[in-house]
Amino acid sequence: MATSAPVHAHAAPQGFIRRYVFSLDHKVIGLQYYFLALVAVFVGMFLSLLMRVHMIWPTAVLPLVGEIKPETYLSILTMHGTIMVFFVLTTAPQGGFGNYFLPIQIGAPDMAFPVLNMLSFWTTFVAFVVLICAFFVSGGAPLHGWTGYAPLSALTNSGPGEQLGADLWITSIAIFCIASLMGALNFITTTLDLRAKGMTMFRMPLTCWAWFITAILGLLAFGVLLSAGILLLLDRNLGTSFYVPLVVVNGQVMGHKGGSPLLWQHLFWFFGHPEVYIAILPGMGVASQLLSTFARKPIFGYKAMVYAIMAIGLLGFVVWGHHMFMSGMSPYSAFAFSIMTMCIGVPSAIKTFNWLGTLYKAKIRFHTPMLYAIGFVSLFVSGGLSGPFLAQPVLDIPLHDTAFVVGHFHLIMGVAAIFGMFAGTYYWFPKMFGRMMNETLGRIHFVITLIGTYAIFMPMHYLGMAGQPRRYSQFTELAYLHNLLPLNRFMTYAAIITIAAQFIFVINLFWSMFKGPKASDNPWESTTLEWTTATPPPHDNFGGHTPIVYHGPYEYSVPGAPKDYVMQTDPAQVASH
Amino acid sequence: MTTLGYTAPVQAAREGGGAGSPPPVYGGGGDGGRDDGGPNYGQRLRRARLGLVVALAPIFMFFVSIVSAYIVRQGLPTFDERTNTYVRDWIPVQLPVALLLLNTGLLLASSMTAELARRQITRQAALAPVRSIPGVSLGRESGFPWLGVTVVLGTGFLTGQWMAWRELADRGFYVATSASSSFVYLLTAAHGVHLAGGVLVLLYAVAVSLLHKPVEARRIVVDVTALYWHFMFLLWAGIFALLWFMR
Repeated sequence: MATSAPVHAHAAPQGFIRRYVFSLDHKVIGLQYYFLALVAVFVGMFLSLLMRVHMIWPTAVLPLVGEIKPETYLSILTMHGTIMVFFVLTTAPQGGFGNYFLPIQIGAPDMAFPVLNMLSFWTTFVAFVVLICAFFVSGGAPLHGWTGYAPLSALTNSGPGEQLGADLWITSIAIFCIASLMGALNFITTTLDLRAKGMTMFRMPLTCWAWFITAILGLLAFGVLLSAGILLLLDRNLGTSFYVPLVVVNGQVMGHKGGSPLLWQHLFWFFGHPEVYIAILPGMGVASQLLSTFARKPIFGYKAMVYAIMAIGLLGFVVWGHHMFMSGMSPYSAFAFSIMTMCIGVPSAIKTFNWLGTLYKAKIRFHTPMLYAIGFVSLFVSGGLSGPFLAQPVLDIPLHDTAFVVGHFHLIMGVAAIFGMFAGTYYWFPKMFGRMMNETLGRIHFVITLIGTYAIFMPMHYLGMAGQPRRYSQFTELAYLHNLLPLNRFMTYAAIITIAAQFIFVINLFWSMFKGPKASDNPWESTTLEWTTATPPPHDNFGGHTPIVYHGPYEYSVPGAPKDYVMQTDPAQVASH
Repeated sequence: MTTLGYTAPVQAAREGGGAGSPPPVYGGGGDGGRDDGGPNYGQRLRRARLGLVVALAPIFMFFVSIVSAYIVRQGLPTFDERTNTYVRDWIPVQLPVALLLLNTGLLLASSMTAELARRQITRQAALAPVRSIPGVSLGRESGFPWLGVTVVLGTGFLTGQWMAWRELADRGFYVATSASSSFVYLLTAAHGVHLAGGVLVLLYAVAVSLLHKPVEARRIVVDVTALYWHFMFLLWAGIFALLWFMR
């Protein structure tokens, strides 16, 4: 059977440094990204715990930070957002899973430019170190939020964290931009040029489509953020006036004149909105892959899914103004941005419909990865439904600076994307480490995390509608919010329990890595190429062969086939679905 | 609806795929070209060119965002605290036009020499297999160092830009003098950094040629850098036109 063509196998490099530290192997680099994100997510989660505890016990003295002053709270908030958005949501789904599985799923021996791949990881690492340094410089971490709005972020005397801390923050973001651009370049070239024989674009798994479109979004968005960051650095350090108008700080007239804070918002959100899709699209890809695999059915509407990913990517570039309804932007542009934003509901609904169509009348195998994939769909719907609310200026204006927005974006961008990562971890763990994760611990982790995240973020919508502002360090003294204090307490307790449950995941991850039962090459009976190779995959992915692809990625429950699935490399003919 | 069941294994790749598309003729790249054990330079060249084209997109976006900021900032009125009114504060920068035109000429010339270097090495790479046959002579090949000339002209351009900055400072236009001068420095510096990157790669190509690496491997570096260099010239022409016509 001609399922693969022989090629010369590459030998794996010897020596610890070349093999595990400065490795050129996309699988090692993928794991490096993954573990960097794992460290980052625990830092970010710890910061969120500090914020939630401070909200209900404002005078409490907390470990590592002491008593939280308003400026400390804003620093924690800024660093939580920045770490989570850049070093977790952008790093793990794309840099981690994408790096590990994109080349294998398209039948390539590695990324197109392995050296560039290594450089992009280590540049990301440097960016993370620079960001963490902001905690330890005079004045502490910046206060301006992950969105870094000028003029707060553009003046060095606007707050304690706005001195060296803010410079480190911008530098970190700029370094991260360069790292992401190198990564995106590699992903796009690899997808276009390294597909195995027979792997047409429309035979690629939806995960690959998601990583590909995400890379295009990153390629077009991060250059803009880089230029915005450079202008900000110039404003702060060379006295230019790109973003800073004539402004008086603490009774002192600053030297700037004529700059536009709105300019920063436009440039930032031109990056910032596609960034939301950079975080969520890989999760959508993983959910599609897993729903089809564990429902033992072909994905419902494969091409519609691909076009929906493209439409979401395209529309993602023309809606940035919906973050700026409160900025004094022309109402006519607000109207246009509002319409375009609501249009994103269409491809999103197509995807949701197709996921439900895939599950309809299926004999579902409820393994842990599948639970997380279903959880992803649930969170995507719950978080997504408040999107059209916020897309309308008339509703956004009262809700804008409230907890409603916090609930919305945490559900859809934060937790849904994290569920995508959990799903990916439980699903691909056997391939990555050659062992199975513990199912019972996985299920317990899933149940607590799903209920916990709903308990934390769903009430935020009600709090927001009741007028609880976001970014305030203290509101226990506000009389009109007194009745909501019990709800806030409930959310904090839920956060503590949910965060504690994440240690179940970490224990399961590391315990299974060494002690889990050995995994077969294809434990989930999946069809895509990573399951045709050894576990864990050899250095050149297919052990001296390149696979030849005969089928689309989701040939499940094929009538008349000896098994209920047909591998992509199986040369047997199957029916069209 | 399914119309066809699972049938016996066949050798040929089945048409139709997951979504009805035929298998590609070119095999999507893959690694099939490594069958002979040697490096496949044609494939590597194609991959490098594709990578370059993809890399030009964010560079273009980077400059587009600065240019859009330029246009927006130019149209913004500034609050004047002495008169309590909004006034236009955009001061047209007195560019050292003659010097910048000379620099543009240098860069255009370097773009041409980069192209000549690219064609030279393409020819050398094509003839390399023939030349390796004992007893075959192709006559004297022109060995003019186009690559070196490009490096010299490129460095000349960067030096010229530095002199233009000095000229601007002499005329009283510093980075923070006005928004217009900030943009002039920013755009020229950003372009200069990108071009300096190109000069470094060309120096690498020169160094590689001295180390007697295979001509095919050198060709990839020179080919891709020459394309990058042309882009840098077009970018500079666009920036210069913006700074001049929209001053």
